[in-house]
Amino acid sequence: MSEIKQMFFVEAIRNAVELEMRRDPTIFVAGEDVTEGGNYGEYLNMVQEFPDRIVDTPITETAIVGLGVGAAAMGMRPICAMSKVDFMMVAMDEIVNQVSKFRYMYGGNVKLPMVLHASFGVRRQAAAQHSQSLEAFFTHLPGVKVVIPSTPSDGKGLMAAALRDDNPVVFMQNLRLLPTKGDAPVGEHILPLGKCDVKRDGKDLTIVAWGGCVQESIAVADKLEKEQGISVEVVDLRTLIPLDLDGILKSLEKTGRLMIVHEAIQQSGFGAEIAAQVADAGFDLLDAPIKRLGAPLCPVPSSPILEAAYLVDQAKIEAAILGFLR
Amino acid sequence: MKLSNEKMLEMYETMYRIRAFESKGKELFLEGKLPGFIHIYLGEEAVATGVCATLNNNDQITSTHRGHGHCIAKGGRTDLMFAELYGKETGYCKGKGGSMHIADPALGILGANGIVGAGMPIATGAAFALKYNKTDNVAVTFFGDGASNRGTFHEALNMASTWKLPVVFVCENNGYGLTTAQARHQNIKDISVRAAAYGIEGVTVDGNDVLAVYEAAEKAVTNARKGGGPTLIECKTYRHSGHYVGDPEKYRSKEEVEAWMSDDKDPIPRFAAYLLEKKIATKEAIKAIRSKVDEEIVAAVEFAVNSPDPDPANLLKGTLVEI
Repeated sequence: MSEIKQMFFVEAIRNAVELEMRRDPTIFVAGEDVTEGGNYGEYLNMVQEFPDRIVDTPITETAIVGLGVGAAAMGMRPICAMSKVDFMMVAMDEIVNQVSKFRYMYGGNVKLPMVLHASFGVRRQAAAQHSQSLEAFFTHLPGVKVVIPSTPSDGKGLMAAALRDDNPVVFMQNLRLLPTKGDAPVGEHILPLGKCDVKRDGKDLTIVAWGGCVQESIAVADKLEKEQGISVEVVDLRTLIPLDLDGILKSLEKTGRLMIVHEAIQQSGFGAEIAAQVADAGFDLLDAPIKRLGAPLCPVPSSPILEAAYLVDQAKIEAAILGFLR
Repeated sequence: MKLSNEKMLEMYETMYRIRAFESKGKELFLEGKLPGFIHIYLGEEAVATGVCATLNNNDQITSTHRGHGHCIAKGGRTDLMFAELYGKETGYCKGKGGSMHIADPALGILGANGIVGAGMPIATGAAFALKYNKTDNVAVTFFGDGASNRGTFHEALNMASTWKLPVVFVCENNGYGLTTAQARHQNIKDISVRAAAYGIEGVTVDGNDVLAVYEAAEKAVTNARKGGGPTLIECKTYRHSGHYVGDPEKYRSKEEVEAWMSDDKDPIPRFAAYLLEKKIATKEAIKAIRSKVDEEIVAAVEFAVNSPDPDPANLLKGTLVEI
């Protein structure tokens, strides 16, 4: 039985990076403020152990991703520390036209083992350009995997897997989970990409979620079970791409009802793709239309009252579940 | 700069190979035989040739949408290139990349690229890896006057100069960014002046003088190998054809094009005249090179035409490592 320790969310992810960097000398981290530890401690104190491999870059996201492409094409394994997903948009040409397509366009002659690491989501009224959930953009690309953990242990296991995957992986950490602490293995811990995880068993309704919405959904499910005997199953997607459709369908065999919950704007969020795939492959399993709960179609407002009205939270999840089941 | 006669004849052959490949490509395209579209390098042969003559297979290049010249100069095979243009299974990229995305890692060709300016940050990344792994290899990134206005130019030069990376920036200034003349798309005349903004050396050379290109490239590449960081080399040149084959070229005059195509400006007759004058080669030797290359091109096209098409069953192959 391997040793377990309580770790904070970012700490556990960082631990995976450290272990992998000790094991694999081709891994390096490049991004803004990384020697200072990154925005939220993603690389805290790592420059001491890896002085040549934690590299501060200028504020040039385009060049950061291009750096990653060139280095990965040469056999290294870069982690492009992109800070927040909002800033990844600056490098979208590199991501869409280079990272996603390099291997295919060049007939499989090259591979790009690289991780694009970013935070996402609402936190402390950072407002419109620093609070977004933009994972959907990356799910529309061939040649890229998209990973979003919801617990410290999963964060560690999935980051390790991302750093052993020879494809480009967009790995994003939901800022809503910063205060989260949980048990995580101390030693090597690797989870498979492309496999969802049932975080809470239930039989009346399946919620598919990722990141912080998993924890919010579990809290609501516990409350509704206690107060009203409603039994909600919460499936943590963990990897958006490749999508574990079978895992979702397996849950629907039990419940017959699907609700997808994400912090991202509801319109054209990744929930739409899941809904379409399930409606196609799982039509016979469904007792009701598929529901999605996401943010409204507006930029994230700065005033705390407006931000709270915007954010997908437990109250909105509960109302959505009750509305669905009525 | 001591270039052997043999090396100079090799350079002539390379320039002529590019010329023959591109001329044949243009001809085939206009006959409706090539899918897609091509951006040809006719007139700019001295730049790719002069620069790549300073490099070995472990040095890396990134190229542009107008990349056939760079690929050939770096050792790319004309048969595999034609097969790629024809969209065949035997092409460099199994028919999946086409003209703008030819790459061969074994030759240090990190790819032609359809996004103007995309190669510069990628070459910078390759240079990072080359330095990190303590090699003395370099990366060279080719780009045009149009691309020199892109953010990628500034970001890559900034990063490469700050970190002293072994990457040489070669600007092929052919006077036009797409259909817009240089004077209308930038406020400067010599792009090499932008080097000062990054604290590095910038030089402007006659891009149609293969020996001048070689000399500047050799100096920059040697400097990069020794850890001296990047250099910006601007090669003034001209493309004989339009931006793409079929371009009606309304934006430039026939007189201007013809002037650049004259024997004293066209890099290939210029170099031939030099070789003859300095008695480095005889007329017969040059003729023999041209015949050999002409035959090679005919065979290359035949190879491509007779090659199998890719199997649609393999459509998704290459998207991910496991597929």
